Amino acid sequence: MKSLKTFALGGVHPDENKFSEHAAIEVLPLPKLAIVPLGQNLGASSKPIVKKGDEVKVGQLIAVGEAFISANLHAPVSGKVTKVDDAVDSSGYKRPAVFIDVVDDTWDDNIDRSPEINRNIIMTRPEIIQRIKDCGIVGLGGATFPTHVKLMIPDGKKASHLIINGVECEPYLTSDHRLMLEKGEEILIGIKILMKALDVDKAIIGIENNKADAIRHLQELAADHPNIQVYALKVKYPQGGEKQLIKAAVNREVPSGKLPIEVGCVVSNVGTAFAVYEAVQKNKPLIERVVTVTGKSVRKPSNFMVRIGTPISELIEAAQGLPEDTGKVINGGPMMGKALTSIEAPVTKGSSGILIMKQEESKRQSTKSCIRCSKCTEVCPMGLEPYLLAKTAKLNLLERAEKEKVMDCMECGSCQYTCPSQLPLLDYLRLGKQRVGQLIRTRK
Amino acid sequence: MSTFTISGSPHIHGDENVKKIMYTVVYAMVPAMLVSVYFFGMDALRVMLTSVLACLVFEWAIQKYIIKGPITINDGSAVVAGILLAFNIPANIPTWMILAGALITIGVAKMSFGGLGRNPFNPALVGRVFMLISFPVQMTSWPIAKPLFAPALTDALTGPTALGLLKEGVGAGKTIDQIMVDPQMPDYIDRLTGHMGGSMGEMSAIALILGGIFMVWRKVINWQVPVSIILTVFVVAGIAHLVDPQHYIDPVFHLFTGGLMLGAIYMATDMVSSPMNMTGKIVFGIGIGLITIIIRLWGAYPEGISFAILIMNAFTPHINNTFKPKRFGIVSKK
Repeated sequence: MKSLKTFALGGVHPDENKFSEHAAIEVLPLPKLAIVPLGQNLGASSKPIVKKGDEVKVGQLIAVGEAFISANLHAPVSGKVTKVDDAVDSSGYKRPAVFIDVVDDTWDDNIDRSPEINRNIIMTRPEIIQRIKDCGIVGLGGATFPTHVKLMIPDGKKASHLIINGVECEPYLTSDHRLMLEKGEEILIGIKILMKALDVDKAIIGIENNKADAIRHLQELAADHPNIQVYALKVKYPQGGEKQLIKAAVNREVPSGKLPIEVGCVVSNVGTAFAVYEAVQKNKPLIERVVTVTGKSVRKPSNFMVRIGTPISELIEAAQGLPEDTGKVINGGPMMGKALTSIEAPVTKGSSGILIMKQEESKRQSTKSCIRCSKCTEVCPMGLEPYLLAKTAKLNLLERAEKEKVMDCMECGSCQYTCPSQLPLLDYLRLGKQRVGQLIRTRK
Repeated sequence: MSTFTISGSPHIHGDENVKKIMYTVVYAMVPAMLVSVYFFGMDALRVMLTSVLACLVFEWAIQKYIIKGPITINDGSAVVAGILLAFNIPANIPTWMILAGALITIGVAKMSFGGLGRNPFNPALVGRVFMLISFPVQMTSWPIAKPLFAPALTDALTGPTALGLLKEGVGAGKTIDQIMVDPQMPDYIDRLTGHMGGSMGEMSAIALILGGIFMVWRKVINWQVPVSIILTVFVVAGIAHLVDPQHYIDPVFHLFTGGLMLGAIYMATDMVSSPMNMTGKIVFGIGIGLITIIIRLWGAYPEGISFAILIMNAFTPHINNTFKPKRFGIVSKK
């Protein structure tokens, strides 16, 4: 058997627990109230252009991304703006959001809602990038980096490969998996649009080998496109990390502190490719996305097509309710997701899944002293020494932490997952990163 | 409204824990334990039980009455230290000496530094070297290995180790050929199976390697440390042998005699006192191999691995500071 491609350094293999992988994507009924946070993308928040009392249609622009790294926001529902006010978001903070009372489901007239797949890419490069910007497309893998910014390659750089992330290495989550199975053709068109925008002639779709059906499906679809290849990757976390995926797919190493374009690569998620298809071919802004609702105790693990702004509680209801012994609700996967303070927080562009954990799974175990086993060092995909970085953070030795490359940590959590002494390594690494980041900023 | 637990990611944990690691080491030592019982009978059981119990009791007492902190004797680390100490001493050692050794192992080498994870030196080796220096006669008179069910020898019989015979012979100006005809010198089969004089746990290379493979498979140790120690010893002993075969014995002899296997596989790989990245582990192993063979070939003691490991333990922090893992995205300048 041919050995599968993967990244070289570190990595772990948690139980996959993909309970919802066979659950077809269901369209979630509209909520009564949509809460659309203004800061949904990486970078600057969008600036609202609607006010209390305004009537909005689905897909109508409600907030503008003015800064260089920012994105437009559109009404995910039709109805009346009740207020622009603070709301608890998925990070637990109160942040400004547009509240829309849902009246009906009237769409903006310029959106093509026909079921036919539009295969003809007629737009030019600048038109594509402008459309992606207008439609508020951001990276749907979780980082929510505005896609149009990613497509504007800096002067002097040239992309050679578009790498499409279908890895979904987080345990439990299946939204990308289902999307690849159900919207494969649209994704492929989205990839071709992105290739045109980037002016590259090679695209690689990386998918972990636990999604054999998706690999087969996309390979069949891509058979007519010799410049789009589908790679089956060995199942290893955190392969969905941008740098790890590039290493696995084309064996190039993004230099420390640099972006993928440094090695001629641009990485986009399969969900983003689908959103790009809808934006460019159907003029449909990013107003909905696929969200997995799952967990060991969830009665009906599901994948939903959800309007942005829908309260998370409604997704949980649709998966037959919050189980009795729920101890923790996570926005995202178990390795990198954030614990929610309230399930009334809305779904945003970056929400890929809602993971419900039982009481017994929710609490951390008691810690022991470090036995210097070096397992954290062995599993670190960035080749760092988490035990040492944790210690430098604890002792506030910031220069040392910087020298030991704390800023290269991508917070994948492999170290803490592995630590036999249950030490909160990543908590300390985050602290170290934050303080070293401040230190670096004061130098400028 | 229900309240949820809020904590940073990751929200799941692998099934690795300290106790599991320690007991994996214990299981890996079972073959060697059986071999020592096979050759030394009740005495082997006495030494092992005394050592393990003493280590547990001392750790418990120190945590309860001196540190007045949590009791952690069920994490298995004291059991490992106890077995390793027993492996490093002759089977006919008086019981009270074992107690003294265990007190140094746990009380001085481990707990005085803050307990598990904080000791710079391998505790069992500190205990062993303490005993070697304090009770040199008892620590170097080895009972003759007598397989279970074999016709009884006179009890109380002791003999030299293979390495002891070698050192004595070379010291007396004999050639290797003259030394090897000594009836006390174990043949190849005996050296492999452990039918020879020596400390309890260093008898059978086969049993030790078996446990070592088990530990590498269970990811409790890395192969880098034992392999680099054994290779270094082999290479240096081999060069010496090629230069003067009648003064320096063949390198394979060095591999299967004395504490080399025990030290390389079970002592030098101690997580706490060995370096924490792969390059560092190899440097550490080469250092141990070099010091071991230098002591064996040119030093006063017939055996040198205990000292070699303790010396290299002292270098561990420096090795950790000097050698770094391969960082992602740091491209060496061309």
